[in-house]
Parts: sequence; structure tokens; C-alpha cells
Amino acid sequence: MVKIVFVLAYLILAPFLGALLDGVDRIISARMQRRKGPSLLQPFYDLGKLFSKEMIAVNNVQLLLNLSYLVILMIAGCMLFYGADLLMVLFILSTADMFLIMAASSDSSPYANMGASREMLQMMAYEPLTLLIAVGFYLTTGSFQVSDIIRADTSAVLWMPGLLVGFMFTAAIKFRKSPFDLSTSHHAHQEMVKGLTTEMSGTTLAIMNIAEYYEMILLLGIFCLFFINSTWWSWIAAILICAVIFFMETLWDNISARVKWKTLLYSCWVVTLVAGGVNILILMLDK
Amino acid sequence: MNKVSKSPWLLHYDASSCNGCDIEVLDCLTPKYDIERFGIINTGDPFQADILLITGGVNSQTESVVKQIYSQMPEPKVVVAVGICACTGGVFKECYNIKGGIDTVIPVDVYVPGCAARPEAIIDGVVKALSILDAKQAAMSKDGR
Repeated sequence: MVKIVFVLAYLILAPFLGALLDGVDRIISARMQRRKGPSLLQPFYDLGKLFSKEMIAVNNVQLLLNLSYLVILMIAGCMLFYGADLLMVLFILSTADMFLIMAASSDSSPYANMGASREMLQMMAYEPLTLLIAVGFYLTTGSFQVSDIIRADTSAVLWMPGLLVGFMFTAAIKFRKSPFDLSTSHHAHQEMVKGLTTEMSGTTLAIMNIAEYYEMILLLGIFCLFFINSTWWSWIAAILICAVIFFMETLWDNISARVKWKTLLYSCWVVTLVAGGVNILILMLDK
Repeated sequence: MNKVSKSPWLLHYDASSCNGCDIEVLDCLTPKYDIERFGIINTGDPFQADILLITGGVNSQTESVVKQIYSQMPEPKVVVAVGICACTGGVFKECYNIKGGIDTVIPVDVYVPGCAARPEAIIDGVVKALSILDAKQAAMSKDGR
């Protein structure tokens, strides 16, 4: 019963929570640049406007592919919050991303196609670590099931701090934060217009944004998994730490410039190998 | 109904400007003027823009570009001509290659004169364009589109 409530709460609240976090992010970014910034509800105004705009579709399939991205992300999130298999959640998450890449490459804009190929490159960069995290949770708690992981006696982070660091590093790619916002950026100008979303307008873009909010909450949920154990207060600690992690992503976004794709790929793999690999090795030897 | 003026995204195009007005447009984004407090984002993508902000008069090379950008923007949309060259052609009006102001090519909703137009004037012009944007949106939903 509790599991169903969690799933429903995720389905209904995640876009609202994600949009609010986006609003907070924009205000904090503005304050870091000594600006006033938009109102907290700005992402909601943006979504409302996008839905009310005239529909300009470059082809028939883009909206469908974006909807698939949204639905598959929702499925992945529901599985995480239901307490299902973490490995499956992560696989479905990458499947969702493939639909976004297909949506971007379905149009003829060279900017969107470049964005799509960079998105694929980003997947190559973060995917190894994502898999290692699932393995790490298995070695630590003896199960891939999220419902077992959160019932462990001690927080998983005690056994896998390296993997947490690695996940924080690669989460910047998923959150589309600088220096890793190669495929598309929340900021206005970049070298290839809007990258992935160049030919998305109105409803299509709104759906993509909502999907990103679902993804944001899903990723923060995975961060929570590192900290939650059988005690009740670990839930509060996990949410607080998530807030800190989100603030750090914003800070990172404001103080760094976008890197080249090779730097992205190599730095992600080095972090994966050093932080993740060593952590897994110790787990394998010790557990 | 959610008003489009709450989240106007802006596209800036330099038709043939001397860059004087362009620098003033960028000034609007700086901490001192900060147009993001109105929810305005300076986007580079016509597909996602609501306001087309053009500096400089139209010449024979930029005419087709202006038309194309305008046609790629989804309704409702407004056009703001910034600087005297964009309004009328300015000192370049009689040049052999200049067609004149932006309104010789596409319909313009707000004129912001000045050489260069001051950031305060540009912000005033954009805010005025927002009410026109709302009126256009209301007319659009009345037509049932």
C-alpha cells in the first residue's frame, strides 16, 4: 500500500517539485551573478506559455518520440519509487534517453543533429559509472531491489563513498549543468543554438521539459538511496543532503565553462575508473 | 489562462547594425538591468522565441534572413525594432543597398528610436511589446486556434 502511495506521489508531485527546484536554481544562479532573477514560479509560467503557443512541427514523429521519452522516464521513476530492481531502473533510464536522441535526430537541423550526437557521447561518458553504482549497491546490501537497499542497517554511502563522488560528477551531465552541458543548455547562447532542442517548439518542448523534471527527481531519488537506511531520521538526512548536492550542481554550473567533448569523456572515465573502480574493488575484497 | 507575457523569450537579430544598439541590448542582460526578472530569456532559437528584436536597417543581404526568422517563429509573436536604423533606416536610409526600416519587410509592433537606443528605452519597448503579445494571444484563443 505504501509503495503505491509512493508511486502516485512521484507521478503527481515530481513535475511540480522539479519545476520548483528549477525555479530555485534560476534564482540562486541569478543571485550568484548579483542579479534579482525571475520569480520562483517562472518554470510554471514557461510551461503554460509553451502549451499555449501555436504548434509548429517539423515532422509528425518528433512529438511522439518526445512523449515516449516522457512516458519511459515515468516508468523508470515509478519502478524506483515502487522499490523494484535498481538495475532495471537504470536500464530503462538509458532507453528513455535513446528516444530523446531519436527525437532530436528526426529533424533536418544540423544543430539538432549535432546535439543528438553529443548526447550519445554523454551517454557513453556516464553509463559505465551508472552500472557500477548498481553493482556497488548489490555488493553492499546483497540485493538489487530498492526495497531491500533502503532496509539495510547502515547507509550504503559508508561502503561506497567513491561511487557517490563519481555519481555527483556524472549527475552534472544528467542535470545538463556546465561544464558538461554539451548537447543542450539551460543558458541562452551556445555555439549550436539550442542543440538537441533546436527544432522543438511549443508543446513538444514543454513535454521535453516535464520529462526533465521527472528525470531530476528520479536522479535525486538515486542520491537518496546512498543515505537511506532502516532508521526514520536517515530519510530526513537524505533529503537534506540531496538539497546540498543540488546546490553544489548550481554552484558548479556558475563557476565553470563548458568543456570539449574529449575532456568530458576522459574525465568521466577517469573518475569512473579511479573513484568507482577502486571502490568496487575494495567492496569485492572486503564483503 | 496562462499569459504569454509572463514568459517572453527573446530572439535578437542584427540586420545591419553598427553594433551600437547590439551592445545596448546585451546591456539589458547585465546585473544592472537584469531583464530575466521579467522572465525574459535571450534565446538564439526562432522556434522557441516570442519576441523578435531587430537592430539595424534591412539591406539586400539580410532581407531574406529577417523574413525567414519571422516565419519560423510560432504565433503569438511580436517584433521590436531597436534603434533609429531599424525604425526608419536612419542615416543609411538613402544608401543604395538599404531597403529602409524593418517594417519594409515584416510587420513591426514596437519602435524604439535612439542612436544607440538606451537600455532603459529598450526595456520600455519590450515591456510595451508584452501587452501587445497578450492582446495577440487573446485574439488567437478567440479565433479558436
